Amino acid sequence: MYMYPAKQRNTEKYREIQEEGKGLHMFKTFLIKYGEIAIKGKNRHLFEDALVRQIRHALKKCDGTFTVYKEQGRIFVDCEGEYDYEETVGHLQHVFGIVGICPVMQAEDKGIEALGDDVLTFLKNVYDLEHQTFKVHTRRANKRYPIESMEVNAILGERILKEFPGLKVDVHHPEIMVYVELRESGKIFIYSKIIPGPGGMPVGTNGKAMLLLSGGIDSPVAGYMICKRGVKLDATYFHAPPYTSERAKQKVVDLARKLTPYAGPINLHVVNFTDIQLYIYEKCPHDELTIIMRRYMMRIAEHFAKETGSLALVTGESIGQVASQTMQSLAATNAVCEMPVFRPLIGFDKQEIIDISEKIDTYETSILPYEDCCTIFVAKHPVTKPNIHIIEASERKLDEKIDELVKTAIETTETIWVE
Amino acid sequence: MEAYLDNSATTRCLESVKEIVVKTMMEDYGNPSSKHMKGVEAERYLKDAREIIAKSLKVNEKEIYFTSGGTESNNWALIGGAYAKRRAGKHLITTAVEHAAVLMPMQFLQEQGYEITFLPVDEKGHISLEDLERAIREDTILVSMMMVNNEIGAIEPVAEAGALIKKKNPDILFHVDAIQAYGKLPIYPKKMNIDLLSVSGHKIHGPKGSGFLYVSDRAHIKPLIYGGGQQKGMRSGTDNVPGAAGLGEAAKQTFAHFEESHAHFLELKQRMIDGLEQIGSELEVLRAGKKEYPAVIVNSQRGEAGAPHIVSASFPGVRSEVLLHALEEKGIYVSSGSACSSNKKLPVSTVLKEIHLEQPLLESTLRFSFSRFTTEEEVEYALSALRELLPVLRKYARH
Repeated sequence: MYMYPAKQRNTEKYREIQEEGKGLHMFKTFLIKYGEIAIKGKNRHLFEDALVRQIRHALKKCDGTFTVYKEQGRIFVDCEGEYDYEETVGHLQHVFGIVGICPVMQAEDKGIEALGDDVLTFLKNVYDLEHQTFKVHTRRANKRYPIESMEVNAILGERILKEFPGLKVDVHHPEIMVYVELRESGKIFIYSKIIPGPGGMPVGTNGKAMLLLSGGIDSPVAGYMICKRGVKLDATYFHAPPYTSERAKQKVVDLARKLTPYAGPINLHVVNFTDIQLYIYEKCPHDELTIIMRRYMMRIAEHFAKETGSLALVTGESIGQVASQTMQSLAATNAVCEMPVFRPLIGFDKQEIIDISEKIDTYETSILPYEDCCTIFVAKHPVTKPNIHIIEASERKLDEKIDELVKTAIETTETIWVE
Repeated sequence: MEAYLDNSATTRCLESVKEIVVKTMMEDYGNPSSKHMKGVEAERYLKDAREIIAKSLKVNEKEIYFTSGGTESNNWALIGGAYAKRRAGKHLITTAVEHAAVLMPMQFLQEQGYEITFLPVDEKGHISLEDLERAIREDTILVSMMMVNNEIGAIEPVAEAGALIKKKNPDILFHVDAIQAYGKLPIYPKKMNIDLLSVSGHKIHGPKGSGFLYVSDRAHIKPLIYGGGQQKGMRSGTDNVPGAAGLGEAAKQTFAHFEESHAHFLELKQRMIDGLEQIGSELEVLRAGKKEYPAVIVNSQRGEAGAPHIVSASFPGVRSEVLLHALEEKGIYVSSGSACSSNKKLPVSTVLKEIHLEQPLLESTLRFSFSRFTTEEEVEYALSALRELLPVLRKYARH
């Protein structure tokens, strides 16, 4: 799980003043902090560019005009004209790679006296100041600024204490951090709150993977986890009409759509799996149905993964959750894949998975009660420790028609562009 | 070919209904509350519709109040009735097989301190008059009962119940949910001692969002919706002229063809039930554990003993949802008798449980419902599809 930066103590909410130029309306710029990607050496600019691209993409669905740019190892979002603060922050909080979002007040350099005034204006606007502790932290990127940062801290600290006698300085655990950045351009940025971002890495910096998306709780969460590591997503869904309904399919499309704020657009492959399922049901022992069915799902998903440039498969499996997710069963399904199969939830309990699904807002959709193709032909007592040789022997009973059926399923697959 | 056999869910609008709806939206779009000509014009549509409806029930047009549909009518009758009578007592009676639009307001009243008695039904879905008689107490203020059950088409003994209630205590309000019955069975509130009667427009080829509540002039209920005082202050809100006019037109057409469509319904039902039983006899029984189930079980009563337009049947071993979607692929649209999914046990239909269907049957029940425009070919087409699908789907039965 993503941890907030240790310094971040001032989590209290800014005051909401509904007045032009005051409260949240004074922020026309967001400073975007990114963690991990800053340490990527020579690749750093690639990661930064990807992050800028993802931020631009995320803000497209946001009302307002935004300029996103890099400057001296920082990424900024300038908001031109009217925009909705909450909506914009909300969208930025979905962009992987962002560690913190700082709403910034911009000021011109007109001397230390004026800077003091600006800092006081800022504080009055965003906090109800009474008896909090605070600390001023100045970053002097503009090396020509005549006063050193430690001294700036001291001068500003004094001004604040004089104006608000109830406040106290605490350099270790302040309730309010006042950040002052003296930019090279001569501009001065004042901010205090660092709104946590989702962390992770910008999507698109780590290739693409194919998610096996069902209508359940787990697979969307697995997709989210993989995206968080900068991986772009495609998805495959197995549809079994008339055993599963049009609504079940719509549910999966909806789930994919819920992932797009994190993942960007997703290519969803909808495979008609009915004939394969019925054929397996007809030919193979019923307690092996689920395993054999899942092996065919993996094969088909891998086919599309290869065809569309994905480097791995992703599933929502977690050890021991159901019969098809025991160690033996996982090994049996894994055996048919050449690609790596990533299972980001492998060590998660159900409740932990549910917590994330609630956070990413897929839970409500996932629990809609439509039949999915895994639950239709479940045997009363499915094998929990499948022997791969026995499974393979059972699969040989399918030799006559299965290749043809798989081919037809692949050819008739519908691809839906979800964004 | 397409066969829409889900007319108890909703029906297609009549062409003439569409015309009057469009006319009242585009030309005579006035607000009946306006003092000018446009308002007067619009008001005429309400008056006409009221007249048609009143005539169909042989009641006074002053006793007809337009609502947003069946659910509102039921809510208003029950809550408005209970509030008006709360000094006389706090006991209400209904049946265990009512639609959610009655059961949920009843539940609400229960939370408000009212006491509700639910009458059980027999295997045909009928309540017993003895049960009703026993249930009526000194503090009973309202009895609510559906005329035609929406899932299996059972006809409740409304006239007999009305007589019994009034004999016991003429002050008890008698509400009838006639949403599935209006236009299908003769309903005469005065003769049947009905005080409140709910009807929905879209079940008789009228627009969705239209309906009415008949409130007998000797019955007093509280309004549910307050505002500008429309409809004598009983149901405020700008009059839904297109809805009311469409509903009136639909009722007019329905009752103009009542006799012939009734005969037509009975023929369709006869054919459907015969066909289903024929298919059932061609298939093997289903063995589940020690039990045996016929391949097809018809849950509805034949002929006049049941509603003419509803046929409910169970297909043991085949999950209703699967059969529904398989039929859908062939352009045949029906309802499943219950919404139940394999792993999660969701609330299944009350009436099917009440008529003592066992679990394997509960989960495999479909409802076929006709309109007067349903053709014999559609019924034949559905039967032939079932004949084709059932053996295949039964092969993959889970039991």
